[in-house]
Amino acid sequence: MATEVSTTAVVAPRIRTRRPRPVPEGGRINWGLTIIVAIVSLIVILPLYFAIAMALKSPAQTGTGTGFNFPWPIQWGNFRAAWDLTDTPLAASMSLLITLIAVAGEIIVSALAAWAIVRNWGHWQFRATFGYLMIALFIPFPVVALPQVKLMSAIGLDNPFGVAILHIMFNLAFNVLLFSAFIRGIPVELEESARLDGCSTWQTFRRIVLPLLAPISATVGIFAFLQSWNDFMMPRLITSNPKFQTLPVVQYLFQDQFTTNINVAFASYLMALLPTLVAFLIAQRWVVSGIMRGSIK
Amino acid sequence: MTATSAPAGRNPLRMLKNLFFPVAPAYLLMIIPAIVLFTFFIIYPTIQGMFYSFTNFVGYGTFHSIGFANYKAAFSDPTIRDSYGFTLLFAVVACIFTNVVALAIAIALNAKIKWRSGLRTIFFMPMVLSGLIVSYIFTFIISTSVPIISAAIHFAPLESNILANQHLAWLGVVFVASWVAIPGAIIIFLAGLTGISTEVYEAASIDGANVWTTFRRITFPLLFSFLVINTILTFKNFLNVYDVVVGLTGGGPGTATTSVAQTIFSGFFNGDYAYQMANAVIFFLITLFFAVFQLSVIRRRGGGL
Repeated sequence: MATEVSTTAVVAPRIRTRRPRPVPEGGRINWGLTIIVAIVSLIVILPLYFAIAMALKSPAQTGTGTGFNFPWPIQWGNFRAAWDLTDTPLAASMSLLITLIAVAGEIIVSALAAWAIVRNWGHWQFRATFGYLMIALFIPFPVVALPQVKLMSAIGLDNPFGVAILHIMFNLAFNVLLFSAFIRGIPVELEESARLDGCSTWQTFRRIVLPLLAPISATVGIFAFLQSWNDFMMPRLITSNPKFQTLPVVQYLFQDQFTTNINVAFASYLMALLPTLVAFLIAQRWVVSGIMRGSIK
Repeated sequence: MTATSAPAGRNPLRMLKNLFFPVAPAYLLMIIPAIVLFTFFIIYPTIQGMFYSFTNFVGYGTFHSIGFANYKAAFSDPTIRDSYGFTLLFAVVACIFTNVVALAIAIALNAKIKWRSGLRTIFFMPMVLSGLIVSYIFTFIISTSVPIISAAIHFAPLESNILANQHLAWLGVVFVASWVAIPGAIIIFLAGLTGISTEVYEAASIDGANVWTTFRRITFPLLFSFLVINTILTFKNFLNVYDVVVGLTGGGPGTATTSVAQTIFSGFFNGDYAYQMANAVIFFLITLFFAVFQLSVIRRRGGGL
């Protein structure tokens, strides 16, 4: 009996210490796999390097080569030329405007709706509302595009504000789904005690619920940011005045003028890609965990 | 006496309100704007479009009902039929390609490799990039750089620009669309992989399981629900393909890579408004069919997982 006890006592701690460790520390590093993965990663790196190399060359340096040769001497002037030609600051502020409204709007509108629905799930009216909003999951933009573009211009929303509103509306179903799955995990007792302390419904939402929703709000916000910043279809069709177009659409509109100087085009592409890339590299941990959270819900 | 109790009990407005939303007004303020805006911006145009699909409306002026004529014409229109052919073929192939590659990369990125977080960062990057701009970059690479390199190493299949080849251009679209979609799929697979306890793998290696057996018996079954999620998400996005096609081929050569979304948008021109609305309704029904099919798959798997 004594030996049995001692063996379990020896074995148990070893298992316990191993469990919380992440995978790479335990065991030997797989160098063969590392090399394969590093080589495969070139498929991602090379096109990006190519874009940078092209943006820093003159047409003469590009010549008839592959375009992969290192740019020397570096032509910083391409960025200036692209900046002036496409009016990058204006396009960037349009992208930013749409993105900010969409991110804030998607979080607020869907958080409120989801909370009201989950906390009143006992009433059929709210269950019906939930089902009604979910219809949007089955309506992609191309299906409604024709009448929607007409509608938006008829009510004077054929501009970035209209695009932002549509971004909020099209993502409402998915966002309500994410928020309501998350809210179901929040104990209702917290809200009840706030009410006993005299909080109104709005105060309960603002002081108790909204802070608790921070992680899922981040997820919704990240999705909204990426979608709105990179969207091409909706701004292109909804916004009627080309002056108010977003960065991706501007690249499309300038294709004809870009053919005369492909290097300026690449400088313009890079400037349009950089904001999300830099934001991602800074906030990578957040972005990745946010998307993981969204996928598991 | 009755005057005080009447507003609470018999005020017709309040009775109506209580019939539909028998809760505190604050909750109504949270949900009614969402319902109204959603109805106005999404549901109303949807119904309007369905209505127009049965008319000869050209986008302005007068119109009258023509029954199913638009639908009949759409079914025998080679442009529309080809766009469905391309879009479905593209969506299926790109979906399979994306998921297979993403699964392989996710497993590799979850293994004991050097510079793991750095390599993860690299593989995640395309996720945040605009599909249209990425396509412009790839257009130049595929049409100019790749043929020069292929000629230098005598690799015949890529010596000419495949985007200008009527039969091969769709492969270019598959490649670039997958390049953009793979990171998102990798992240979802990684979420699944980190959920698998390392002890399961230790037990398997003690039992002498090789890499392939471990994948087939442990990794794949435990990741299956994530594969389902990924398939649904990627397939849905690929059906609406637009940015990558516009950036890479513009729908060409000819109409070889014209997607359904592009054909529908052509309804803004040529007086095809009502006609393309019929196309949009057909597209909606196909999307709906896939969505319902996918949901039923999830529900069936959901019981066991």
